[in-house]
Amino acid sequence: MPSLLHMQQIRKEYPGVLALDDVNFGLQPGEIHCLLGENGAGKSTLMKVLSGALRKDFGTIRINGEEADIQSPADAQRYGIGMIYQDIKLVPELSVAENILLGNEPKKKNSPFIDFKKMHEIAREVIGQLGEEIDTRSIVSDLSIAHRQLVEIAKALSKKLKVLALDEPSAALTGRELKNLFKVLRKLRSDGVGIIYISHRLEEIFEIGDRVTILRDGKFVQTAPIAEVDRRGLVRWMVGRELENEYPKISLTRGEEILGVENLSAGMLKEINLSVCRGEIFGIAGLVGAGRSELARVIFGADEKDEGKIFHEGNEIHPRSPREAIDLGIGLLTEDRNLYGLIMQMNVRENITLSNLRAVASGGLIQRSKEEGIANKFRDDLRIKTPGIEQEVDHLSGGNRQKVVLARWLFTKSKLLIFDEPTAGIDVGVKFEIYNLMNNLAKEGIGVIVISSDLPELLGICDRIAVMCEGRITGILPRQEATQEAVMTLATSRMEGAAAV
Amino acid sequence: MRRQGWKGQPLSNLLAKFGIGIALVVEIILFSILSPYFFSSDNILNVTLQASITAIIAVGMTFVILTSGIDLSVGALVAFTGVVVTSLLKLPLSFPVLFPLAALAGILIGMMSGAFAGMFVTRFNITPFIVTLALMTIWRGAAYLYTDGRPVWGLPDQFSFLGSGRLAGVPVPTILMVLIYAAAYVALNKTTFGRYVYAVGGNKEAARLAGINTNRILLSVYMLCGGLASLSGLLLASRMNSGQPNSGLMYELDVIAAVVVGGTSLFGGRGSIIGTFMGAMLIGILRNGLNLLNVNSYIQQVVVGVVILLSVLMDRRRTS
Repeated sequence: MPSLLHMQQIRKEYPGVLALDDVNFGLQPGEIHCLLGENGAGKSTLMKVLSGALRKDFGTIRINGEEADIQSPADAQRYGIGMIYQDIKLVPELSVAENILLGNEPKKKNSPFIDFKKMHEIAREVIGQLGEEIDTRSIVSDLSIAHRQLVEIAKALSKKLKVLALDEPSAALTGRELKNLFKVLRKLRSDGVGIIYISHRLEEIFEIGDRVTILRDGKFVQTAPIAEVDRRGLVRWMVGRELENEYPKISLTRGEEILGVENLSAGMLKEINLSVCRGEIFGIAGLVGAGRSELARVIFGADEKDEGKIFHEGNEIHPRSPREAIDLGIGLLTEDRNLYGLIMQMNVRENITLSNLRAVASGGLIQRSKEEGIANKFRDDLRIKTPGIEQEVDHLSGGNRQKVVLARWLFTKSKLLIFDEPTAGIDVGVKFEIYNLMNNLAKEGIGVIVISSDLPELLGICDRIAVMCEGRITGILPRQEATQEAVMTLATSRMEGAAAV
Repeated sequence: MRRQGWKGQPLSNLLAKFGIGIALVVEIILFSILSPYFFSSDNILNVTLQASITAIIAVGMTFVILTSGIDLSVGALVAFTGVVVTSLLKLPLSFPVLFPLAALAGILIGMMSGAFAGMFVTRFNITPFIVTLALMTIWRGAAYLYTDGRPVWGLPDQFSFLGSGRLAGVPVPTILMVLIYAAAYVALNKTTFGRYVYAVGGNKEAARLAGINTNRILLSVYMLCGGLASLSGLLLASRMNSGQPNSGLMYELDVIAAVVVGGTSLFGGRGSIIGTFMGAMLIGILRNGLNLLNVNSYIQQVVVGVVILLSVLMDRRRTS
């Protein structure tokens, strides 16, 4: 039986870089095939070639054994290839039905007018195929990210879908939403759709995948059935070497309190109490929307508190702006570093010094050589991979961007650092480096708070984990007691009819 | 995979980077060939004098556009400042006493207008386009109201020195323009303020979370732009030796054109003061050269429009 999809010897070259070097990839109908690799390994490039967003330089793509000529996204659609990108590409102001049938609107007979009744019927039917219920009249911008993703899948499904590729769909989903997505994917699989699933999270791959293909530096490494591989093997193939331990952990003696929060309420946050000490890594777990980032923003002065007290090194503080918090020695590595962390148009040097520019200036004039010295020092210390400090951060990989943000906060000499989703979209090798950096910070007596949706990560690196649910802290677990189950129970404890996950 | 163009930049990149400079040189060579008078020192100084009014405002506009804002009120500010300053100059006081006071009052008008715009933008979160559009009609109307629609004539002779005088043969507005550009270059490239302007324009929320007082930066750039618009109003009134309520019409568009042709992105965060200078000169030379060649003024407008389109196209190629 010919494969549903067979990509052979795909080659794609950019000036100076071979992004894909004779890559092979096959997909059977009714299969979930995971595509794995570090950032820059070529996964996204391969998917863009498949979806017609990029043109390959060499190689063939066969669909059901016949060579497919894919030059544009429209071609790919005609072959039944659907692509769900990380950033959802729906029109936010239109309804669910209008989005699903965008460009294929059913018309009233012999007229240019849209038949809205029929449109909603078709949309309802497609969503029904996913085993889901979403009101086709809702406006997309009112939907949760998870539902928007399902609408995207429905949109692809409405076009005679044979191959569905999802690029890191789990990045913005909570545990429950992810379960739901998996349910939908399994249903599509049983309908004979071939699914390509890209993710950085290995545990997802073991849960959903049938086979896995690993790419590294634009080259094909291995294709194997999931049943025949283990975590260690996958990491070795991805990184190209053995990683001793995914989560390095050093144990330190806990020092005095560096941050105290008492009965804090702000917006959705209610009665938050916690205490973070020097020498510990303090984790905050919870589902997306539990209020973790909101808590970080209040401590950092980015949002105002309604009630309660915040103590920093024993003194009560009232940060009313990020500037005030920074001057007190608090730093926040925001979630979504591209949107809230970096100034993309600026280079590495300018991004590193931005929060403490005064330290390299005198009388408002920036001392260029001093600034360059600082930037070069951090580039070397953190091993930021960049051709130079004058490189725009836009050209750096996710991991190196995160290092630039980290350098910025180290340069402000922060005494308390809050990391919000520090390793989202970062590959295994750099993750390891970031964990080590956190360990070093804790060793130096800096308070480290880590907010993460990657539960194994929190369990691996934190001394204590506070779990949040619907704006409250539902429990604080010491390392010994923190298990996946314990955390998830607390994370869903306040939800009505919450099923244990 | 990201694009990898840092090592050995290809020729096309360099062309895009220095495109405006190259265009300027080509333009100068072309007009020098076509008109024997063009490349005389008299005419070159003349061009800088003609371009100086919009070029000075373009400095302020560059700061505003770098923060991804816009200021449409500058042309009307030129007129309003002009009529207020000239009317003050008719007070019965000696010129050396009166002039500094009148000039100061004029520039304060612009700065206050800018502060007002900045406040609406920062405190009430209204888009700069709308705020400054409103200010534009307010100041234009105010200029006509103030003079009852008539120009202000009969000014002291000394006043014309500012706009029409020369120092060592160089027009005073040209000297002022060069000084302002030099100061703006330093402010934008060498000071923390300039860095913050780029940061706010690049990503306002990220800049705020990096500890930058974004509201203060925004307020500052609008005040700067208003102040420079009023300074230009002063220069123009001096050159015309009168206060004209209809002066400065459509200047905002000339100014924005100079900034955009100079490569500053309307989305903020990217651009340079040198680019703006070259943009202002490119357009100034174009007008001057076409005049020398006796090209009719309607065709001139079309040509200027085409040049704006071409330069923006070039800019797109660079950023995409």
